[in-house]
Amino acid sequence: MKLKEAAKTSERFTGGHRLCSGCVAGPVTNLIMRASKNPAVVGAATGCLEVSSSIYPYTAWKDSFIHNAFENSAATVSGVEAAYRSLKKQGKMEEDFDFIAFGGDGGTYDIGFQSLSGAMERGHDMVYVCYDNGAYMNTGIQRSSATPKGANTTTSPAGKVIAGKQQYRKELTDIMAAHNIPYVAQISPFKPQELMKAAQKAFETKGPAFLNVLATCPRGWRSRAEKGIELTKVAADTCVWPMFEIENGEWKLLYKPRKKKPVEEWLRQQGRFKHLFKRGNEHIIEDIQEHTDKRWNYILERCGERQ
Amino acid sequence: MVKPGDGYKDIPIGGLILDAGNAKEYKTGGWRTKKPILDKEKCINCHLCWAFCPDISILSEDGVVSDQIDYDHCKGCGICANECPVNAIEMVKE
Amino acid sequence: MSSKVALTGNEALAQAMRQINPDVVAAYPITPQTAMVQTFSQFVADGEVDTEYVTVESEHSAMSATVGASAAGSRAMTATAANGLALMWEILYIASGTRLPIVMPVVNRALSGPINIHCDHSDAMGARDSGWIQLYAENAQEAYDNAIQAIRISEHKDVLLPTMVNLDGFITSHAVESLEILADEDVKEFVGEYQPENYLLNADNPIAIGPLDLQDFYFEHKMQQAVAMGDAKQVILDIAKEYKELTAREYGFFESYKLDDAEVAIVALNSTAGTAKAAVNNLREAGVKAGLLKIRVYRPFPAEEIADALKDIKAVAVLDRAESFSTNGGPVFADIRSVLYDIKANVEVVDYIYGLGGRDIKVEEIESIFNDLQEIIKTGQVENRITHFGVRQ
Ligand SMILES: Cc1ncc(C[n+]2csc(CCOP(=O)(O)OP(=O)(O)O)c2C)c(N)n1
Ligand code: SF4
Ligand code: SF4
Repeated sequence: MKLKEAAKTSERFTGGHRLCSGCVAGPVTNLIMRASKNPAVVGAATGCLEVSSSIYPYTAWKDSFIHNAFENSAATVSGVEAAYRSLKKQGKMEEDFDFIAFGGDGGTYDIGFQSLSGAMERGHDMVYVCYDNGAYMNTGIQRSSATPKGANTTTSPAGKVIAGKQQYRKELTDIMAAHNIPYVAQISPFKPQELMKAAQKAFETKGPAFLNVLATCPRGWRSRAEKGIELTKVAADTCVWPMFEIENGEWKLLYKPRKKKPVEEWLRQQGRFKHLFKRGNEHIIEDIQEHTDKRWNYILERCGERQ
Repeated sequence: MVKPGDGYKDIPIGGLILDAGNAKEYKTGGWRTKKPILDKEKCINCHLCWAFCPDISILSEDGVVSDQIDYDHCKGCGICANECPVNAIEMVKE
Repeated sequence: MSSKVALTGNEALAQAMRQINPDVVAAYPITPQTAMVQTFSQFVADGEVDTEYVTVESEHSAMSATVGASAAGSRAMTATAANGLALMWEILYIASGTRLPIVMPVVNRALSGPINIHCDHSDAMGARDSGWIQLYAENAQEAYDNAIQAIRISEHKDVLLPTMVNLDGFITSHAVESLEILADEDVKEFVGEYQPENYLLNADNPIAIGPLDLQDFYFEHKMQQAVAMGDAKQVILDIAKEYKELTAREYGFFESYKLDDAEVAIVALNSTAGTAKAAVNNLREAGVKAGLLKIRVYRPFPAEEIADALKDIKAVAVLDRAESFSTNGGPVFADIRSVLYDIKANVEVVDYIYGLGGRDIKVEEIESIFNDLQEIIKTGQVENRITHFGVRQ
């Protein structure tokens, strides 16, 4: 769909939410919601998107919305979807609905991981969206298992002897693919049409679908507010955030940079990696580059692309 | 709609909000320090600013980007200006 | 037409659930509740109910999915015990705070650790402040009857609070009892259709549930909840009356057993009340004015009614099947002693913490507690305010 056509879809997520200025969770949510063709029930895990979009007595959601807790967005929406199936089966309702659960990386990779895995395994007809900003932002930038190696967070601070987060990020998208659900995609908002297309596929999929979307947090990344979208492109061009989908087991690459850029370009624009550019930390950047290359080659191979 | 100062007998139970989308009534324009100005002359109607605006403040009518930005909600992040491929949006001091 | 059947407590509750025919059940197995959800799963597999059974991966998700299903606008149930209830804890408060009329059998079992699968009330007592209505049952018949009434209580527009239907692990859940089961049509008619006012699956009136509720309104929402808990009292009595018309079985906040002229009395919950009745009978035969107050409705706490029922007793022993580690007695003791203080009753109240981890309590042992009470009356002295009954030195 051309963007100017997309602009004719109805608004489902409104202004007046209280995400920070430049928070990329905003456009991610707006565009994904616009790809839904039915009325929806939206669930969200505790986190920035949830607290900002539903501060009593306001809601930025034009659809029905439920926040239950931090770790159970998937289980909650699975209950809503079960109710829908039950009521439909009994002829107590007719309308079609879409079911969407949102979670930040903390609510998805970490504390909500079991609930997500269970809901996907059970095969509920729902779309789970992780807006991955790489830390627990709502509580003040603590590390998660999605935080990239080397990042300075408030629980993996860069100190005199430890240079930020010590571990590589967990590849949750692959883990979701291993659930053998019909649709999984790892995408980025700098390609809005691709994002909407993936969301549309996810909604049209019968059964569970999972979208992992990179969503810049200018506050936590220590980056400039206006660079939020640009940074997601840099992430794709440096291959730290490959874009790919797995449809019925088939892996497909969604974006190949014309010229792969060094990870330094990604790291340099974010204050959370500043300490890596100090003398003596060169090996960390080299290590991140090596890890990124390995991962990228793996993705290329899975997607049947030439390296 | 629930009003500030309403008592417990006046408001829906359990924290339910019955007016979906009413956040629109909450103005966030006051957060802004810079304001985007869209120049229709330069605009090529690509809609990238529309797609990327975190605050759903770039408006499009019948497939045409409007220069009437929703300043009630625009927080002045500058993403629209940064992403515009033809520099049709300028950020000016409030 | 009702029918007389021989069932375990778990089977009786599974039958109640079949007859209630909830739209959604999301549950996870745990001893001693397992047989209940297994039996119910078979009803689902055999097409005897319309229920969508969500085979969640944990009790946390069981309660979370039940909240989702209830908020969606469907009648939703779950069931659990002990560690399962503990794992649900966070969401118990969300269910009640969101005012969802979920009904949940809880097969009472000791909380770890060390791990123990047998009966005590540490699970439900820990959840007594979670905003759920709590009903207790002496036997399978009462648990069955409570479950059916609970649907009506929870869904009543003046209430809209979730209810735990408690029964003793193994003692009630696994023992076969003869009980009366209502006809399917009668239950169907009694519980009626669930008709929520605001719910998620309503495209014409979308709503938001579970917002961030800060200093300006949270307290008002908690006040509404407190008022609803108070209003539940009348609703519980009204529904019991209606239920009596159907079954001739009578229910109130509690059962007063030979309490009218009693001088010594025991307060107990669940199956121990049955044992206590036998002790009361024996003592009455021996000329002792003994009585029993068996609590059915523990939350909301029927404070004035209990005070009134106990006001003329000279010595009361509360049997607590849970240790609260307050060093000031068990949870039921705290509640009972506080209502008697209010009416300035001239009564001594003592606490017996007993039966933890499923340790049996026998008729003679309860008789010995009555003897202790008589001793208190005789001497005017309370030697032990709080006794850990039957524990070895
Ligand atoms: C059980 C529980 N533990 C901890 C918290 C505190 N908490 C609320 S949001 C949050 C972090 C959210 O992080 P993420 O899911 O990454 O979303 P983000 O805020 O970054 O959008 C935490 C730790 C909580 N609400 N519940
Ligand atoms: S802290 Fe980050 S993720 Fe949270 S609202 Fe602000 S920019 Fe968005
Ligand atoms: S400055 Fe930011 S909030 Fe304002 S219109 Fe542009 S993108 Fe939207």
